[in-house]
Amino acid sequence: MTNIATSRASQAVRRRRLRTTVIAYLFLAPSAIPLVAFVIAPMVRAAWISLHEWNLITPMRWVGFDNYAFLITDADTRLAFAHTLGYVAGVLPLTFAGGLALALGLNRTFKGRALLRGVYFLPVVTSWIAVAIVWRWLLNPSVGVINQALGAVGIDGPGWWADPQWSLVSIILASAWKDLGYVMVLLLAGLQTIPLDVQEAATLDGATSWRRLRHITLPLLSPQLFFVVVISLINGFQVFDQVYAMTGGGPAGSSEVVVQRIYDLTFRYGEAGTASALSMILFAVILIITLVQIKGERKWVHYA
Amino acid sequence: MPKRLTQWTLTLLLALGAVAMFFPFLWTFITSVTSGAGLSAAPTLIPDDPSWRAYSTLFSATNFGRAVVNSVGLAAVITIAQVVTSSLAAFAFSRFDFPGKRAAFATYLATMMIPMQVLLVPLFTQMKDLGLVNNYFGVVLPSLASAFGVFLMRQAMASVPKELDEAAMLDGAGYVRTFATIVMPNLKPAIATFGVFAFMSSWNAFLWPLVILRDDSLKTLPLALSSLQGQFTTQWDVMMAGSVVSILPMLALYIFAQKYIIQGVAGTGIK
Repeated sequence: MTNIATSRASQAVRRRRLRTTVIAYLFLAPSAIPLVAFVIAPMVRAAWISLHEWNLITPMRWVGFDNYAFLITDADTRLAFAHTLGYVAGVLPLTFAGGLALALGLNRTFKGRALLRGVYFLPVVTSWIAVAIVWRWLLNPSVGVINQALGAVGIDGPGWWADPQWSLVSIILASAWKDLGYVMVLLLAGLQTIPLDVQEAATLDGATSWRRLRHITLPLLSPQLFFVVVISLINGFQVFDQVYAMTGGGPAGSSEVVVQRIYDLTFRYGEAGTASALSMILFAVILIITLVQIKGERKWVHYA
Repeated sequence: MPKRLTQWTLTLLLALGAVAMFFPFLWTFITSVTSGAGLSAAPTLIPDDPSWRAYSTLFSATNFGRAVVNSVGLAAVITIAQVVTSSLAAFAFSRFDFPGKRAAFATYLATMMIPMQVLLVPLFTQMKDLGLVNNYFGVVLPSLASAFGVFLMRQAMASVPKELDEAAMLDGAGYVRTFATIVMPNLKPAIATFGVFAFMSSWNAFLWPLVILRDDSLKTLPLALSSLQGQFTTQWDVMMAGSVVSILPMLALYIFAQKYIIQGVAGTGIK
């Protein structure tokens, strides 16, 4: 026989659970609604748009996978990916090596260390536009201070952002300057979690600084090193702001990156469908690269 | 080589590197006070004829002053919105157990992986359909929530003991009161860290405002700065003045909130 007391009790429990569930979702709503409306829904819509031809004004026209087929064989798109890869291949080693060196150098306590760390981090808080314009001025082929300095030692400075051969390099330099401090801070934070006695034990055992670095510090730092590489790759492939402000993708398309192409396709050529398809392809590329890294994490990263 | 000497050399190298790092900022400022910079020759380290002319040109011939106000307003609104919505969601995730909790959390995680460029076209058309192009709501609405903020605040909330909640609720406080008066006041460092991060992100944002804001009077600082290049192509002193004005507020924020900014950055890298 059912005990009336327990069935009443379980009813009360169920009602209370319903109540807390509703309340929990109410707390989630202010953030969930915008995320669903302005991130998830558009994502789905982007996939839908990518299957159409559309100039944003007249109604869409279904083209199936034609946009994708076009993009895969399109020379300009291939070039955009090549430029983006070139950008990443330039910036990543610079910021990685530079950031690591700085973090190692700043890992001891000495007077003025906080100030030095602050100065190196300063470019990070600026906007990409400001960085781009400042570096456009620094790298001005005729009156920029860098070419003037090179001229003073007898070197004929290149055309930097005005030269198709150097436009990407100019963007890389400006970007590396801005991002260096970010990598440094990340790695420094990681270094400071490495217990001193581990390093001291190694020194006592007779290990030189170099060996200590290779066999103890770096492996213990590998989670942060891994994070830096993953984030740098994700951000690098999405580069846009400084390209737009520094060269606009030029001269002669020599620095056009994928996101710049997406922007141009949408707002200059009225090809929103193709632009959406390209953004999907970019997303897939980034996703695959990230997943490959995460797969390799087990092999490369040592967790203490 | 004695250890002391290598330490000294290292510090010296780092100091020199810092000077090199800082040089672009210095050069920008020098250029901005060198009248007629770039038209004839490169500026010298100490300008012959320093003047604030570039700044007066900047503010009189463009909407730059307005752009500063716009940026401040937008950044403030977005920061407050993101802190509030993220904290509310974090409260749900850290204090409640409810069906669909794991799926919901995974969904928040997934939204962080969707890049801006994928959303560019559909969001733009969405705003167009809502009549919000060239309108501040078009900038604010998509930025009301931040999945990153939810994670950060949830992490921080985990270290606020649930016993405090329970004590308050035994005394008769409802969930909202407990949230506002018990949990949140204990999260001031996390609020500061995320708040600074959100403010900086909004201040420096470019692509989305570029797409949405068309009128000169609505433009934010990065947009106005970018337009300077078209208007003052060879007047580098004016462009550098614009850069200084753009950088200065973030510089000030950085000096005051350095601890929180660096903490926020470092925290994202530590598991």
